[in-house]
Amino acid sequence: MRLDKTEISLGLIALACVLFGFVSPGWLIFLLTIALAKALVVQGVVMQMRSGLVSFGQGLFYCIGGYTVGMGGQFFGIHDAIAALSLGMFVAIVVAMLLGLLLTRYREIFFAMLSLAFSMILFGILVKSQELGSTDGFNVHDWTLFGWAPEAGAGSQHTVFTMTVVSGLIVAVLIHRYTKAGIGVICEAVRENEVRVEYLGLSPRWLLYGNYVAAAAVSALGGGLTALATGHVDPEMAYWTTSGEFVFIALLGGLGHVAAPFIAAIVFSFVRTYAIEFVPHTWQMILGFTLLAVIIFLPKGLWSLVSREKTGERA
Amino acid sequence: MKNNKSKFSKYLVSGVAALALAAGAAGSASAAENGKFRVGIVTFLSGPAAGPFGVPSANAAKVLVEELNKGNLPAPYDKIGINGAEIEAVIIDEAGGATKQVEEYRNLVQRQKVDAVIGYVSSGDCLAIAPVAEELKTFTIAYDCGTPRLFADNPDAAYMFRTGLDASVDNIGAVRYLAATRPDVTRLAGIQQNYSWGQDSWADFTAAASALLPEAEVVEEQFPKIYQGQYGAEISALSVKRPEIVHSSFWGGDMEALVLQANARGLLEDATGLLTCGEASFATYKDQAPNGMIIGARGPFGQFAPDNELNTWFEGVYQNAYDLEPVYPATKMAQAILGLKYAAENAGVADKEIPSAEQLAAAMKGATFESVSGTVEMARGNGHQAMQGITYGEYHYEDGVASIKNAVSFDGECVTPPEGVAAADWIADGFPGAKCN
Repeated sequence: MRLDKTEISLGLIALACVLFGFVSPGWLIFLLTIALAKALVVQGVVMQMRSGLVSFGQGLFYCIGGYTVGMGGQFFGIHDAIAALSLGMFVAIVVAMLLGLLLTRYREIFFAMLSLAFSMILFGILVKSQELGSTDGFNVHDWTLFGWAPEAGAGSQHTVFTMTVVSGLIVAVLIHRYTKAGIGVICEAVRENEVRVEYLGLSPRWLLYGNYVAAAAVSALGGGLTALATGHVDPEMAYWTTSGEFVFIALLGGLGHVAAPFIAAIVFSFVRTYAIEFVPHTWQMILGFTLLAVIIFLPKGLWSLVSREKTGERA
Repeated sequence: MKNNKSKFSKYLVSGVAALALAAGAAGSASAAENGKFRVGIVTFLSGPAAGPFGVPSANAAKVLVEELNKGNLPAPYDKIGINGAEIEAVIIDEAGGATKQVEEYRNLVQRQKVDAVIGYVSSGDCLAIAPVAEELKTFTIAYDCGTPRLFADNPDAAYMFRTGLDASVDNIGAVRYLAATRPDVTRLAGIQQNYSWGQDSWADFTAAASALLPEAEVVEEQFPKIYQGQYGAEISALSVKRPEIVHSSFWGGDMEALVLQANARGLLEDATGLLTCGEASFATYKDQAPNGMIIGARGPFGQFAPDNELNTWFEGVYQNAYDLEPVYPATKMAQAILGLKYAAENAGVADKEIPSAEQLAAAMKGATFESVSGTVEMARGNGHQAMQGITYGEYHYEDGVASIKNAVSFDGECVTPPEGVAAADWIADGFPGAKCN
């Protein structure tokens, strides 16, 4: 397996992040953990955006991942973090394989609204499940890693952070390879002109189907990591505003590069937390203006700051 | 291409590193040890819960902190600030869900270095925060959230306290009020928002009613979704069953909409409304709510707060500052701040010194302190949960003045399950050990 330069640099950044985790304060590690875990969900949104579909219901898989991890520990005695995360991804894949059969028949706003609808159905079911704490949700605790229980507090925080960085790295490398491979490039062709792709003898529908299922798995991983880090899950994870936030971050980063969602998620988290600190009454406005500024000045997202320089150099 | 890639990997590294460093620097700058007592105040500043709960609470916190720093309170709270140290309040928004609140709680404690946190209206937020408070060993007071699961799920809580009452008290109190004032009611109905709060409230109310009002039957229950705003269909469904009492745990805009619509449709003329959170909109009903509607304030708060020196003083400064009477969330916020002040000043540390979280927790555990709502005993939840009585009364509006009539109060021991007993079990067993006046 030959690693290209992007993969090597992603690996180095991941290593730097893990090392950075040992010297940074707790709040920063937590913020980065959540940002990176959310970035995984955003990767799922971006994968679909690249083929022309905007999912307004990615919270569905984020929530499935989180709740599977939580319920695994609470009701089924699955305390191993890796097993619980894998189970979350498995459940998400099964659900996505079913829903995908219907959803991939739709495009544009119809796809967006249908995906949103399914996510809200899960929200509705969870709200009515009083055994699962209804809207209050329940705590996620006592998880282990290969039989080893990290000490509560800083120890478990570092463990989740490292797990998130490593998962982020693996997912980023896989997605990077996918987008560079022939099939990934065809995703863009589907977005541009689906009929032509069909004339080339390929089935856009099954391509989108595979994409949808893969995106679901990645999103569930992000949800599971969020649950481990936060120590609490609630139905809000499947609510449409959560899904909207993922689309927001996707637009903020742009589709230019596999690293864009990670950067966007971190920027988003910092803007939000400082907005809340400095303008507690109007922090939403700051977020709104940030998105507005990005849409007006950087229509291809934050990543165009990097790619713009690239074209400059070439000239 | 290759060249460019190594270029942007550099941007990546430097970008992420710069952000992190900038954040770290900014964080440590604001966390200067300035000898002030920093208190994180978390409540809704945006969203549907901001108007009825968050804003009155934040306003109460602001005016109280200001007056405390001037040392203007009546005894025993006449010491400047908290234990002589000036208070610095960091107010943040509770909107955005539990994950975000955990993040912001960590930011408050680890970045802003607050000495204590007071907050949380939402039960989900309280449940998510409780384990984090233990992990970060930070003295935390939940001032409003109502879930009975807070200390049931966290029996070993050492740093988490709650100065408000849990939601089962509201509904046991409501049934006791009916039993005391209308013992012969037979037809009960309910309309609740379809989420934990509404579901739990209705479960407690119906269980308590079957124990205390054995003649009564539940003729209709409706669970519209939260923030629905239009209740035409539900009101019709309730009306045709001819209930005598319509219980609702609605709050905020939903509650006002329900009262307005049910009143216009005549439901509240035929049946008596019983709103467990009704007092929060006391100032805004005017003539749109029928006379005789039963309202509660989730404890001896707001209009139901007793006529003591502290409360008279608090109502005065609140009215001066905002031209409004304090509603129950404002009273509850004041109670939590006074609880913190009590704990700090009885922690056995020198004047102007800021006690540690352990000292605060030790002073607060099982304490009895004076508050705007009378005497508060931290007598439940292993000394972490306040026990107080509850009052219900009827809303009356005449000649432009709203008032409460036929108020009946019940002692804490009368409406609160004994230590270690779940509300549902206590109700099912017929309230063993309840001491009612």
